[in-house]
Amino acid sequence: MRPLIKRWTRREIGRLAAFTLLAPHVARSQSRPKVLVVGGGSGGATLANCLSDGAVSDVTIIEPKRAYTTCFFSNLYLAGLRTFAELTHSYDALARRPGVTMIHDVATMIDPATRTVRLGGGATLSYDRLVVAAGSAIREDTIEGYDAAAMHLMPHAWKAGEQTLTLRRQLESMADGGLFVMVAPPDPFPCPPAPYERVSLIAAYFKQHKPRSKIIVIDAKNTFVGQDLFEDAWNRYYPGMIEWLPAQFTGGVKAVEPGTLTLRTEEDRFKAAVVNVIPAHRAGDLARQTGLADASSWCPVDPLTFESRLQPAIHVVGDAIIGGDMPKTAFGASSQAKACAVAIAAAFAGKEAATPRLTNTCYVHLTADDAWRNASQFEPVAGRIKAVHVNISRISDSAETRRGVAREAVDWYETFTKELFG
Amino acid sequence: MATPTPRVQVPRSATRGEVIEIKTLIEHPMETGLRLDSNGEVIPRKIINEFICRYNGEVVFRTDLHEAVAANPFISFSLRVTTSGRLDFIWNEDFGAVYALNHTLLVD
Repeated sequence: MRPLIKRWTRREIGRLAAFTLLAPHVARSQSRPKVLVVGGGSGGATLANCLSDGAVSDVTIIEPKRAYTTCFFSNLYLAGLRTFAELTHSYDALARRPGVTMIHDVATMIDPATRTVRLGGGATLSYDRLVVAAGSAIREDTIEGYDAAAMHLMPHAWKAGEQTLTLRRQLESMADGGLFVMVAPPDPFPCPPAPYERVSLIAAYFKQHKPRSKIIVIDAKNTFVGQDLFEDAWNRYYPGMIEWLPAQFTGGVKAVEPGTLTLRTEEDRFKAAVVNVIPAHRAGDLARQTGLADASSWCPVDPLTFESRLQPAIHVVGDAIIGGDMPKTAFGASSQAKACAVAIAAAFAGKEAATPRLTNTCYVHLTADDAWRNASQFEPVAGRIKAVHVNISRISDSAETRRGVAREAVDWYETFTKELFG
Repeated sequence: MATPTPRVQVPRSATRGEVIEIKTLIEHPMETGLRLDSNGEVIPRKIINEFICRYNGEVVFRTDLHEAVAANPFISFSLRVTTSGRLDFIWNEDFGAVYALNHTLLVD
């Protein structure tokens, strides 16, 4: 694979230096273009890393949290196979990179007209280019009763942090023979195989510690990604434990009653010991408030540059975009951020952006040592991100192959998080 | 393999002459008989090969299922209801196993 991080050529740096010399009256901090990044996840961290390497622009990341907890691999934590500390990464190394400023605050408003971002702490920052890498948000309007209070009792755990810890505590305190119900979301949502990986790993935990327990998945979809791989694994490893109910059967979950841990479908009620409700998603609030999202509630972007199709000088990467064939994943967001950094640097240099080659790699665990992998490449074709190469594990893989993929997954995690957070 | 779980969804009540939708689902791997196990041996076919619904004893819906039907077969069909009574749902598996459910239908 070609490296996607743009290294600045001497000529490009020279051109910028020349520009600076032509404007000697402008203070250095003003002459360097300013890039603001909202969100310190994998997209935001990658952008900061790429642009700091180029040394052509000042990069400021706005991120309220002091440390980043990865949602990827958090299903291993739920199954007791990884500690929470192992999922958590300090921003210190990123903040120390030359040209990078880290501000721990919340971006509350973007004004595209004046090219400024207002922060919760009261400050207003200006930008030449803004990148919104703030992810997606849970919709609270699709399942009756699923509000902020309900989320404590029926966690979604689709944002790593307190929600993940809550779900783990509930699974730990559940008695053997209990029923765990997951409400799986409609497309599109971040990390498409993750609900079913979560079910697999919670089944692994139950099999070892609470073998009489059952799992029911009430899905908002009729099919899901990797379904044949999951169903094969569920029959082999957890026979009789997992029941998956497609939308065409139940009609989907209409309402929740958090006080009694009950879910309502059109004709049925499900009362459980532990409930994990993963509702529909949409682009994050800030992106939608800024007019970056269209009627679909997701953000249309030019896949060559990741610049918004609705607001000039604002780029969007990661879960919030209309990604075409590209699934919403941390690795995909990072790949998009690399392309976006190259495009921003090209724009500052007055050049056309090169056509990016985008990649996504994800690993999905079926047990602690059986995992499958999807490694795909994408390219912009006629304004849309199109898959050009898909490589996915097969049902017929040997146990040895799968063990190898599970080991590779751990290496992937270490390498990727090191690249992001140092 | 664990015992497959059959489920049905029938409207709670119906009026005389109404056409209702009945939805059924059975958790079943529908092993096709075409796959090999890790030793290269053929995994024997084991599918739900027939589904029957009886309404007060009379067959009102029946279908054969074949290897190409996906795992966890979902079957829905319409039924004109005339009287309260019993609905029986029967899934026949290869080698003779039978899974069944019944439901009491209330018709005004």
